[in-house]
Amino acid sequence: MSSSAPLLAIEDLSVAFHQEGRTNIAVDHVSLSVNKGETLAVVGESGSGKSVTALSCVRLLNYPAASHPSGRILFKGRDMLTLPPKELQTVRGNDITMIFQEPMTSLNPLHKVEKQVGEILRRHRGLSDRAARERTLELLHAVGIREPEKRLGSYPHQLSGGQRQRVMIAMALANEPDLLIADEPTTALDVTVQAQILALLKEIQAREGMAMLFITHDLGIVRKIADRVAVMTDGKVVETGPTEQVFTNPTHAYTRHLLAAEPKGRAPEPNPNAPIVVETKDLKVWFPVKRGLMRRTVDHIKAVDGIDLTVRKGETLGVVGESGSGKTTLGFAILRLIASEGRIVFMGDAIDSRSWGTMRPLRSKMQIVFQDPYGSLSPRMSIGEIIAEGLKVHTDMNAKERDDAVVKALVEVGLDPATRSRYPHEFSGGQRQRIAIARALVLEPDFIMLDEPTSALDRSVQAQVVDLLRDVQKRHDLTFLFISHDLQVVRALANEVIVMRGGKVVERGATRDIFDAPKTDYTRALMAAALNHEQAPTGVVAD
Amino acid sequence: MVTTQNETTRPATPSDEDGPDKPFGANRQREPEPGEALETTFEEREATVLPTGAGFGTATTLNQRRWRLFKAHRRGFWSLWIFLVLFVLTLFAEFIANDRPLIVSYQGEILFPVLVDYPEEKFGGFLARTDYRDPFIQEEIEANGWMVWPPIRYDYRAVNNTPPTPLPSAPSWMFTKAERCANMAGGVDDPSCTIWNWNWLGTDDQGRDVLARVIYGFRISILFGLVLTAASSVIGVAAGAVQGYFGGWTDLLFQRVIEIWTSVPALYIILILSAVFTPSFFLLLGILLVFSWVALVGVVRAEFLRARNFEYVAAARALGVRSLTIMWRHLLPNAMVATLTFLPFIMNGSITTLTSLDFLGFGLPPGSPSLGELLAQGKNNIQAPWLGISGFIVISLMLSLLIFIGEAVRDAFDPRKTFT
Repeated sequence: MSSSAPLLAIEDLSVAFHQEGRTNIAVDHVSLSVNKGETLAVVGESGSGKSVTALSCVRLLNYPAASHPSGRILFKGRDMLTLPPKELQTVRGNDITMIFQEPMTSLNPLHKVEKQVGEILRRHRGLSDRAARERTLELLHAVGIREPEKRLGSYPHQLSGGQRQRVMIAMALANEPDLLIADEPTTALDVTVQAQILALLKEIQAREGMAMLFITHDLGIVRKIADRVAVMTDGKVVETGPTEQVFTNPTHAYTRHLLAAEPKGRAPEPNPNAPIVVETKDLKVWFPVKRGLMRRTVDHIKAVDGIDLTVRKGETLGVVGESGSGKTTLGFAILRLIASEGRIVFMGDAIDSRSWGTMRPLRSKMQIVFQDPYGSLSPRMSIGEIIAEGLKVHTDMNAKERDDAVVKALVEVGLDPATRSRYPHEFSGGQRQRIAIARALVLEPDFIMLDEPTSALDRSVQAQVVDLLRDVQKRHDLTFLFISHDLQVVRALANEVIVMRGGKVVERGATRDIFDAPKTDYTRALMAAALNHEQAPTGVVAD
Repeated sequence: MVTTQNETTRPATPSDEDGPDKPFGANRQREPEPGEALETTFEEREATVLPTGAGFGTATTLNQRRWRLFKAHRRGFWSLWIFLVLFVLTLFAEFIANDRPLIVSYQGEILFPVLVDYPEEKFGGFLARTDYRDPFIQEEIEANGWMVWPPIRYDYRAVNNTPPTPLPSAPSWMFTKAERCANMAGGVDDPSCTIWNWNWLGTDDQGRDVLARVIYGFRISILFGLVLTAASSVIGVAAGAVQGYFGGWTDLLFQRVIEIWTSVPALYIILILSAVFTPSFFLLLGILLVFSWVALVGVVRAEFLRARNFEYVAAARALGVRSLTIMWRHLLPNAMVATLTFLPFIMNGSITTLTSLDFLGFGLPPGSPSLGELLAQGKNNIQAPWLGISGFIVISLMLSLLIFIGEAVRDAFDPRKTFT
């Protein structure tokens, strides 16, 4: 903002991908600018072209499949699209650096932290090993890694997700770049860690005075971190402006649509008189840790460690917690998909001692919807076959009756029944999640375990799926166990919530009580991070 | 800056993550006014619209895309056609190279010697099986009707009784007409002295026509390869599936057994067995099968191990679907991709093994039209290069075609290409 010309100016940029004679325009005449020391957030849903725009800035697309029919990208007055490769190399990793969504795959699994960070220093700056080591330590310290001396010798798999992302940031900062491109840097992280990373980025930016191009789909993060916002959809920028102005006074319909796409509604207070559908007593799932020649069990990983819970008819029990807290394992144990200890009562039957075979008749009454709508549908079966599969197992319907049931289930989840001969890859993420819900509904179950059913979806699609779930719950008096790390979605659906950490229940209660008056520090930290992207005091949550 | 291939190529592979979600270029025509017209499209895009299949062009199914990729591999595509033509032709080898006529009209009666064995009495002879190459029979039939011969008047057993030189005799086109028919009863004027009795690729050391033997040899090699490949795939896939799906102790035990089994020197065992038993097509098949089924186990096992943790498999388990059904319906299609990719190469291996056994003399029963035996004859008769050269060209052509087809199949099933 100090100089008249912006640091990075994207002018009239288009990106086209050519494939088997077809051309897709991913970015369509986009113009953006980032000033020195400023954060520009680019928001949009998946497929809006935001990542492609960012990757174009350092020509990291898959050329020659990708091409730029129009536009130029001026960085410090030089056009990045026509820069010779040699000069481009000096810009990449030096003047412009990037951090990506998935810290595990962005780090070389075979290199220690020291080498990952040091290599950049040696290559771009020609530092000696010794000097590189010192600078690496300094950087690790700057990104808030505790005991950096010890961490120098760690491999990526020995670090937590947050630590890995911190290492990535250290690598990005190594050469004091002028521009940091952050492509969904916190999406793969737990909310608490997310908050820490955001705070770190903001602090570093203030200290180093670098500009940041921040790509995200999460409006909450934008509000927290950005000076200005650009909203993208279908490869076009539909609105740009200062963050506050865009949030308080959006001018474009799409921005308004995005802002309105919060999961709406609240579930009623729990009804203590409703009949109990699922009950567990002291449920434990311990994975043995075996060591030595005789593979003796020396210890256990206590994934689920003594959980008591009850879910009542027509209600939703939300299970929240960070990744690794055992919430999914708990759900699998209740459905008897993995071995567990402790009592599980389903509709009055103790099912904890049932064998796989004797469980089978009950399976039509208890269903599951998974997180990943891409992985949970067999790619080689039509959606009609996918939905009808359970009917084949549990009913003796003939083909015609099964087809009718499939049609009914598809209508129920808001999909056109004419699509039932299509294959999953033809559907969008939200549509696939609807198919997964239809597969569960077609058996007319009493109980459905929802394992992060909205986490892989865009925000506006999430809201629709939440509405759908609430709707079918009401219509069929269904009981849900809703597992999620997304507290806003849980707040919209759950009557009761349990907060899990390390396999144990930290706090439990009616949803409103948990959200309005959390009793434990951990829950408070979780709430602050999830709802306001605020960092918790040190020590309350892991890093 | 460490960037992964994944990250850099992500936008170019829309179908992987965000592809059909919002196909690039969909709804692109209109320039939306800020207003309510757009609002409806955001809803539409998600909920109830028919999927367009966009992002996948017009071809909707996976197999159509694979066929397109296969066709795009020009060499493999042409190889497939050439192979198919050769295979179909040789399947009907009896109609191409035979020592009996296809159709005979004798005393007003239409006969089909290619399909039916007629005793020689019918034509005034005394043998149980008519020798139509016998000049006496030929004259008898010509006098009382006519006959239609296949283009080559030898089958793999038929012997040229009047070769121009001592055996093995060179291809007929290397001689003048006089030389060619010198040993025939009537010399140049003998009715047998026609182009139809040529040995286009010469004869082997027993006077049998090399071209006819090559045609029949090609057929038996391919059939043997196909049957062996099919049988070892079925066993291999089943074994791999059981190991991969159940894992744990089943897997551990099975793997150790296979390790021991594969360390057995298969070729020596086969040699010993074929020396003890009289070799026949099916015995040989059985012996080779005992050792060849392990080829696919590893691949299929790996696929099953990987895929059994997929969410849709977990979903099927949660539905109460039985293990066998899950293996068949959900896991096998995954494993079939890897299996199909391997098949042409396994088939090549089978054919090569058969040929080498024949070459060593432990293969198919003596007299069978075998390419390996032809090569062995070529080795023993260096002065007759047409033996070795014919065998070499046919075997290398067959194996090359299969390899090219295999390459194209591999390309077609490459998930990175199929899904982009």
